[in-house]
Amino acid sequence: MANWLSSLPLPRQWRDHDVEARVNRIELPFNHYGIDPFGVEKEELIRFFSVLAWLYKSYFHVHAHGVENVPKRGRGMIVGNHSGGVALDGAMILCSLLLELEPPRLAHGMAEKFLSMLPFASMWSARTGQLCGLPQHAERLLHDERLLMVFPEGARGTAKLYWERNSLVHFGNGFVRLALATKSPIIPAAFIGGGNAIPTVANLYKIGKLFGAPYIPVTPWIFPIPRRVPLDVYYGEPIVLEGSPNEEDSVVEAHVERVKSALKTLIDAHKDDVR
Amino acid sequence: MRVLIPGITGRLARIVAMKLHERGHTIFGIDRRKWPEAPPGIEVYQIDIRKRAAEDVFRHVRPEAVIHMATVTHLSVKNEDRYRINLFGTRAVFDHCAHWGAEQCIFVGRHTYYGASADSALYHGEDEPPMAMTTFPELADLVAADLYAGSALWRYPNLSTCVLRTCYTLGPSTAGTLATFLQGKRVPMVMGFDPLYQFIHEDDAAEGICLALEKKIRGVYNLAGPSPMPLSMLIKETGGMAIPTPEMLLKLVFGRFGLPALPPGAVAHLKYPVVVDDSHFRATTSFNHAHDEEATIEAYRRVVR
Repeated sequence: MANWLSSLPLPRQWRDHDVEARVNRIELPFNHYGIDPFGVEKEELIRFFSVLAWLYKSYFHVHAHGVENVPKRGRGMIVGNHSGGVALDGAMILCSLLLELEPPRLAHGMAEKFLSMLPFASMWSARTGQLCGLPQHAERLLHDERLLMVFPEGARGTAKLYWERNSLVHFGNGFVRLALATKSPIIPAAFIGGGNAIPTVANLYKIGKLFGAPYIPVTPWIFPIPRRVPLDVYYGEPIVLEGSPNEEDSVVEAHVERVKSALKTLIDAHKDDVR
Repeated sequence: MRVLIPGITGRLARIVAMKLHERGHTIFGIDRRKWPEAPPGIEVYQIDIRKRAAEDVFRHVRPEAVIHMATVTHLSVKNEDRYRINLFGTRAVFDHCAHWGAEQCIFVGRHTYYGASADSALYHGEDEPPMAMTTFPELADLVAADLYAGSALWRYPNLSTCVLRTCYTLGPSTAGTLATFLQGKRVPMVMGFDPLYQFIHEDDAAEGICLALEKKIRGVYNLAGPSPMPLSMLIKETGGMAIPTPEMLLKLVFGRFGLPALPPGAVAHLKYPVVVDDSHFRATTSFNHAHDEEATIEAYRRVVR
């Protein structure tokens, strides 16, 4: 990365050469300087995924199942469930798509708006393709034949407490209208184990607001530092929705229920699997 | 075609004038400044566009097309003066065009019209409202001039009006907002932020303006060049040194320690990107930039460093 902070040398052991090789094989239109039209920077991806890959392979031992359900090329929406008090689910899904898919793909998450205002966090998220969660961004990325990662539960989903970890809360319906408008397949992605890694016992909403975040999760050891537990991602078969994005709410909600039900089936089928 | 260019002595306007002249158009210009080295065949009237004498030029020349480039963009000029020049000048140009039978008028605006903020979309389409004033009040006159020019689309239906919102230009002339900002050895950044900057080679920008004229396009269009780049990378590649400064100190260091003098509103443009989608213009005119990021930066760097 070109900026002054990123010019600090990454320790040799933190630069994963497998990650570097895979990032170099991502099919994005990087220019001479390694920047794509959305501001994704190749060098920063290598740094970001080198750290994530260590968590993915060595710390959590994440297993990705059914990755063949993710389209190798072209647009698609990975629709996941939140599990764990922080965005561990999104990070591990991103990592699985880079490390397990052939050819490797970069999924674009829709970052919370408050991240765009935070120094360093906004810079990091922009350079790694995690754009601010605006409908215009989602639509443009899909029209550009990219892979979008969405969590329709929103911040309500990450606020789930330990005993709710394998449940699903209310889904927004914007993602279905977007899939209909862009004719994008939806790939359900069940993330299992996040609630065990970061068992939230309470959420501090007022303190969170002081930092510009929706809440601060509290674990039995106070801070949301993840435990070393096995994590699993199960990709379901693509769901292709037919219809107009301007359908009545009742029609769209039926589509939402279909996706939610597919995700729930995946979670229920594997939540008690022991590794 | 008889083409009149108010603001002809500006660096970009000169390139436009030369290109059109070479293509066989008859070029006239209006400007308060001189252009002593203007090639034979380009007639320049040294007049203020807001004065009555400017209307005499319209009456005398009877231009078929007008390219309005007489807006002040540099922020060293006092706000009140900028308002007068940019708003009354733009009004005069459109009134004269309508009154003296010009068929076409192109207003060359700026992409900063859209404004820089944390929650705005990365690529701005032409239909988006102007948000520049919310964070950068010093740009209010340029936004107002842009909107006024756009209103000519319904006020003067017989005049083919085109508002061309052009991104920053870079090139050997080293003129323009971004080019001036990057010229110093040390260039300020807001610590923790590294927005994307969009730029176009000045020759490509001039070519875009010429195409807008020759294709006689009507409406509002964005004009841009290659993919945007992070500011830190742009500073490095143009041979400068980025000075990341905590935001609370930034307003204090503007104009000191070899850093450029910027108004307080410019901070938003150092934190968040202003990037435009120019696909509408490309599809309408078949425009393609001839200089990529590397060639554009090299053309600028060769002269500056």
